[in-house]
Amino acid sequence: MPQDITSNRIAGVNMEEKIIKQISLFAENKPGRLANIAANFRKAGINIRAFTIAEAGDFGIIRMVVDRPDAAHEVLHDAGFTVSETSVLGIEMEDVPGGLGKIADVLGDRDINIDYAYAFVTKTEKALLILRVSDIEAAIEVLHGAGIKLIDMADIQEI
Amino acid sequence: MIEYWNPLVERMPVDELEKLQEKKLRNLVDYVYNHSDFYKKRFDDAGVKPEDIQTLDDLKKLPFTYKSDLRDTYPTGMFCVPNEQLVRFHVSSGTTGKPTVVGYTRNDINEWSTSLARALTSIGVGRGDVIQVSYGYGLFTGGLGLHYGAEEAGVTVLPTSSGNTEKQLDLMRDLGTSVMACTPSYFLFMNEVANNMGVSINDDTKLRVGIFGAEPWSEEMRARIEEATGIKAYDVYGTSELSGPLCTECQYQDGIHIWGDQFLIEVIDPVTGEQLGEGERGELVITTLAKEALPLIRYRIGDITVINKEPCKCGRTHPRIMRVLGRADDMLIVRGINVFPGQVESVLMTIPEVGEHFMIVVDRVNELDTMTIQIEMTDEAFSDKVNDIIALEKKVQAALKNVLNLAVKVELVEQGTIPRSMGKAKKVMDNRKL
Repeated sequence: MPQDITSNRIAGVNMEEKIIKQISLFAENKPGRLANIAANFRKAGINIRAFTIAEAGDFGIIRMVVDRPDAAHEVLHDAGFTVSETSVLGIEMEDVPGGLGKIADVLGDRDINIDYAYAFVTKTEKALLILRVSDIEAAIEVLHGAGIKLIDMADIQEI
Repeated sequence: MIEYWNPLVERMPVDELEKLQEKKLRNLVDYVYNHSDFYKKRFDDAGVKPEDIQTLDDLKKLPFTYKSDLRDTYPTGMFCVPNEQLVRFHVSSGTTGKPTVVGYTRNDINEWSTSLARALTSIGVGRGDVIQVSYGYGLFTGGLGLHYGAEEAGVTVLPTSSGNTEKQLDLMRDLGTSVMACTPSYFLFMNEVANNMGVSINDDTKLRVGIFGAEPWSEEMRARIEEATGIKAYDVYGTSELSGPLCTECQYQDGIHIWGDQFLIEVIDPVTGEQLGEGERGELVITTLAKEALPLIRYRIGDITVINKEPCKCGRTHPRIMRVLGRADDMLIVRGINVFPGQVESVLMTIPEVGEHFMIVVDRVNELDTMTIQIEMTDEAFSDKVNDIIALEKKVQAALKNVLNLAVKVELVEQGTIPRSMGKAKKVMDNRKL
């Protein structure tokens, strides 16, 4: 199927729906930083769905998937944090051996690099994998083509 | 067209200017010897008599004076006039020791104002302009100095003094400020506050000129200020012992014109005291040729600079000092290597990802000096990939190593964590217990 530019649809996938906005922020490695973030979210009624810290000596990068990313971005920015929205993918993992290997193979075959990944488990006891890749649109296309289920931003809100 | 406050003096041929300086120097030496017990003793101890000083070349026979002389003779022991001839005192902050007192006769104030009126004219500031003087008013010379100089030049003065930044910005808009006088770090802070208020200095104010000084700053910082706010940023030079802020660059922004009929300048090796030639970097030494209350002979002002005697494109013949790179006494010695905070700033400002705010932290760990540069992470530079941030740290490290010849640690810190200043920015924390 030819690409329809107006709807940003490739091979029956709506790209925009599959791109998940992750909140990333820069934090010094010192006590109280997480508490500060949590307090800001509590006040604004923002729920964290997935969370990870990449730690590198003096600083860390906190990455979060939240139910309302734009609101979270604003709240953290106003609180003085260096914060950005990063486009990532959410993949619903099959609970069978080789599930992760299949994803890695599909991406590797297309020369798409995984910058980082982290996983979490939902209330429905499904494992979800968050991925940042070097070429997100190509990744959506090949993962979809391989029958791997990508979750939407709307799914994140309902988890 | 280039305008001059006093074209006859400012464009005087160099040989005439030097003759005038020689004459003024002879008078000065005679004057201080006969009016100040301090100078008489200092000359006698050095075995120099006023008649030994005939030409500009004889200047090097004269003994130096130091900031410590002003402290040791506190409050007015070096003055050459009785107190009743003074119209004003200023007192320096005394952050480096006991306060020092400077006195001014009516003529001293006039010469000071003339110096600044020439400087303001040289950057196209005059009648019709509104200058917002955000240097502190009071004992500090910045506020009142610019105030009198600007009035002399026919500029309308808005004497806001420092602090209360939001009000400063409101007044800037309401009264049409076209010239801002403050420290460069305060101006950057103002711009930050303006942005937070939703005000663009470029679009929403008439500001077109900044007169920045009282702390060292770099060419790169100028480029940033000019780009961010659309103004022309000029460097101003002066210090309380010499009256206060005195001289600026001209419109060509290529060194500060030091008025030769008022001051004699030399650069020396800070360690040996030997005079250095034109174009050599060293410690600036100033002799005042027109001051009455507190003339200074070969005063070790402590700033590190280079003298340029080439006539300037603007037609002024007076010598220029190139951008002050720091103070001889701000110089850090880290693992035996001389480091000026200004050098660090220059390097940082060439790296687009680095913002305005940084701090140099020097410490001693296991008998070894360490230097850490803390830099605030900016929204533009932030990447959520750890490797990108480490690459940025390495890039800064390599650039500093290249210029300083010293391995430094670079630490990225959160925005807003390096203290902002209203006055002189504190850029060094030396935690070594020596």
